[in-house]
Amino acid sequence: MSALLDVQALEAFYGRTKALHGVSFSMAKGGITTILGANGAGKTTTLRAISRMVRTTGTIRFEGEALERKATEQVVQLGIAHAPEGRGTFVHLTVEENLRLGAWGRRERGGLKDDFDRVFGYFPVLRERRRQAAGTLSGGEQQMLSVARALMLRPRLLLLDEPSLGLAPLVVREIFRILKTINQTGVSILLVEQNAALALDLADHVFLLETGRVVMEGPSEVLRKDDAIRRAYLGY
Amino acid sequence: MDIFIQQVVSGLATGGIYASLALALVMIYQATDVVNFAQGEMAMFATYICWSFINAGLPYWVAFLSTLGIAFVGGVVIERVVIRPVENAPILSIVMVTLGLLVICNSIAGWIWTYVQKPFPSPFPENPFRFGNIVFGAHDLGEIQVTLLVLLCIYLFFRFTPLGLAMRAAAHNPVSSRLVGIRVGWMLALGWGLAAVFGAVAGMMVAPVLTLEPNLMGGVQIYAFAAATLGGFTSPGGAVLGGFIVGVVENLVGTYVHFIGTELKFTVALAMIIVVLLVKPTGLFGTTVVKRV
Repeated sequence: MSALLDVQALEAFYGRTKALHGVSFSMAKGGITTILGANGAGKTTTLRAISRMVRTTGTIRFEGEALERKATEQVVQLGIAHAPEGRGTFVHLTVEENLRLGAWGRRERGGLKDDFDRVFGYFPVLRERRRQAAGTLSGGEQQMLSVARALMLRPRLLLLDEPSLGLAPLVVREIFRILKTINQTGVSILLVEQNAALALDLADHVFLLETGRVVMEGPSEVLRKDDAIRRAYLGY
Repeated sequence: MDIFIQQVVSGLATGGIYASLALALVMIYQATDVVNFAQGEMAMFATYICWSFINAGLPYWVAFLSTLGIAFVGGVVIERVVIRPVENAPILSIVMVTLGLLVICNSIAGWIWTYVQKPFPSPFPENPFRFGNIVFGAHDLGEIQVTLLVLLCIYLFFRFTPLGLAMRAAAHNPVSSRLVGIRVGWMLALGWGLAAVFGAVAGMMVAPVLTLEPNLMGGVQIYAFAAATLGGFTSPGGAVLGGFIVGVVENLVGTYVHFIGTELKFTVALAMIIVVLLVKPTGLFGTTVVKRV
């Protein structure tokens, strides 16, 4: 399997503060990889670095193409969709407009209707709310919208930042079930998650981030049995 | 009663001009949080360009449309060249840059075309329209039509085209816009281009009334500020309505409150700004912008 995403010696800076201290990892095409870690470990920053929203050093390659010198909107055009922390919803716009915007960065213009059908198939509630302002949706619906909007890009890599945050367990389970389905259609997923149990269930590969460094990595079934992980992140 | 209706219609006509310029101010404010103090002067400059075209023998509407095209390109270029480099500077610095732009536009216009007042043609017939005892100036009625047409076009553009949608998205939420692949910088530049077009329409419509000179838009811009403040700097629709309200109030107060007359009309606009800021700082239709610090 060739690497879809390859990150080497990544350092990231907010002003003078260093948030990542040399993160290296690579992820295979077609899989679901998760980044685990405590608050402030650098999980979100890693995603932001890939989307070029933070100043970095080191290399980031997507299908062999260097991303470091690209702008965020150019990264998007390569087929990397980022559903950010806080969901990034356009709250003033309707659900349908949010979804239309999701398709803005992709190269092929046609077939919008098929994409709408596909995401409404995953998230039927969005079809009911399509004319509603996105800001009026519930938290779970907004999270669904965030994923749906990312899918409108027809991405090859989906970056998801804490899709479970603040949602009821039932809603979370529903979203994660759909993420699995999405992955089976060929979309690779890089997932940042605080809920380690859920993330380990979904992902096939795991990286553990601590204060801006990768301290452990491996297939999720192996890491699930690791004592340190169990105690620190799974709580038993 | 006849006089009242006449004054209202004439107020709507000037109000349309304020509405156009106020809309330009609000568009730029929404997209960049900057009040463009040079908006009126850019409009004045565009009006001079139109005057030059007409003087060179072009038919009015050809000159009018060419000017709109030039204004659009000019707005985009000004954003790229002048505003872009200070994009991340504190708001006050950007405001100072727009003030500098105001002075530059004004001086260059004076340098090229001198400060002598020039008559500017109206494309509308000279004879007034009569409905019974009420007389409406043809230019007033034409002005209202042009304003409404421009507003309709811009509404349709923002409401129904993908580019309009992307521009709205970029104005409301630049970070998320980048994440869906919108080139936010260019959307802002297009916004400046469109704002310059509204300004140019306002300038070309008001010039036949005030006659053309480099300080053509000074007063109009104050009224446009009043309109935008009244309607709310965060609401394009509000700014338009604010423009019409300011135009009508200005006219009625000038007609019926004798000590104000024509001399003190200007103070009415400033008084309106102060009252709105005291009573409802967000304007009639504005929303409070909550910012995380």
